[in-house]
Amino acid sequence: MSTNKVIDACGSFCPGPLMELITYMKQASVGDTLELLSTDEGSAADVPEWVAKVGHEMISSENVDGVWHLKIRKAK
Amino acid sequence: MRILVVGGGTGGTIVANNLARRLSAEIRNRRVRLTMLSASDRHMYQPGLLYVAFGQMTPDQLYRDQKSLLESNIDFHVDPVEKFMLDQKKVLTKSGKTYDYDILVIATGSRIVPETVPGMVEGAETFYSEETAVKLFKKLRDFEGGNIALVVGVPHKCPIAPVEFIFSLHDYLKMRGIRDKTHIKYHYPIGRMHTIANVATWAKPEFERMGIEIETLFNVKEIDPENNVVRSEEGTETQYDLLVAIPPHKGMEVIEQNNMGDGGWIPTDRYKLTMEGRDEVYVLGDTTNLPVSKTGSAAHFEAEVVAENIASIVKIGTPVRDYDGKVYCFIEAGHDRATYAMFNYTTPPDLKPASKPMHWFKTAYNQMYWTSVRGLL
Repeated sequence: MSTNKVIDACGSFCPGPLMELITYMKQASVGDTLELLSTDEGSAADVPEWVAKVGHEMISSENVDGVWHLKIRKAK
Repeated sequence: MRILVVGGGTGGTIVANNLARRLSAEIRNRRVRLTMLSASDRHMYQPGLLYVAFGQMTPDQLYRDQKSLLESNIDFHVDPVEKFMLDQKKVLTKSGKTYDYDILVIATGSRIVPETVPGMVEGAETFYSEETAVKLFKKLRDFEGGNIALVVGVPHKCPIAPVEFIFSLHDYLKMRGIRDKTHIKYHYPIGRMHTIANVATWAKPEFERMGIEIETLFNVKEIDPENNVVRSEEGTETQYDLLVAIPPHKGMEVIEQNNMGDGGWIPTDRYKLTMEGRDEVYVLGDTTNLPVSKTGSAAHFEAEVVAENIASIVKIGTPVRDYDGKVYCFIEAGHDRATYAMFNYTTPPDLKPASKPMHWFKTAYNQMYWTSVRGLL
């Protein structure tokens, strides 16, 4: 059964939001959805770039009150 | 009041010593009992492993007896915890003893798991343990030129280490007169050459000056030691003569075995540093799931907050401080220069140019650590 997990990486300069996403992606199962919360403006570009390159699925990306909510499904 | 500290690394030792001083009167009149349980009777200065890898320190210089670092009013036992019974506020140790507590501090740290990447144990050198750091030094000493590749597992302790290693490697190979015979390639998991944007901005031109090839968006998938090839999740590969890996890490097995956190990382309140749903359980250092660096520095600043809050609970019944995410990391930029990165949850690091005085300060800190871990600095 797939699960949904929220990763709160707001205010993270190190390891940073994308590194946090990669950490949790390794723990997740295929089909799981991860929602990354980030206050780093760069996340809006660098997360979809990594997701596309590895071959996962970008579900949505939106900024709510200064926090990026990036939803990704693990595809492999 | 029974305070139990589980873990004798940087965070646990600073918490215990800080509490021992703040609560010396209460411990003396037996209102408070302060106990530490550790898996080892020795304490290692882990940042020293980088120097071991380049023959600048020997392993014996990295250790002190744990008991010699602790205040005398701390009840210390080498007896690792095997079972956390959080509902009953007690732990069970390897020796079969049970320890009850009113406040628990968990600082069990993290461990390397190179075995989670196919081929990494057989095919890559690392410097995250005494044995592997010595082995890497011997490999570097015998190296006569060729391709050296560095790859980075996720997550990993000391996020500055990959950059520091490259600077030190460049200087070491120059010193041996074989830098012009050696191609160095640096691989990094995300789309820039360091996760901290300002570190990447500072280090990229430095790497270009040194002639280091950089490949970003490279997450290690597997290593083929027979053919000397490392492949990435992103579909690329690199040929090497000597491969150095920053191994991926996990939290300690005892945390996973007790179902206290995926990957061995305990869900922790980022400000209070308490375990989610357990106000009487504090978590710090590598053990947390917080999005802060897994470094002794983070553990140090977290330990000060935890100790002050526990002492305040004893004295006035309430904690007094929040952790603001503070981290301070030295960055060695070769054998005679260094800089630093300091940041918290709201303020990014502002890197200064690397300098010799900062390197001397770092060299001094390698000794001052023993004062720091006693809670005096």
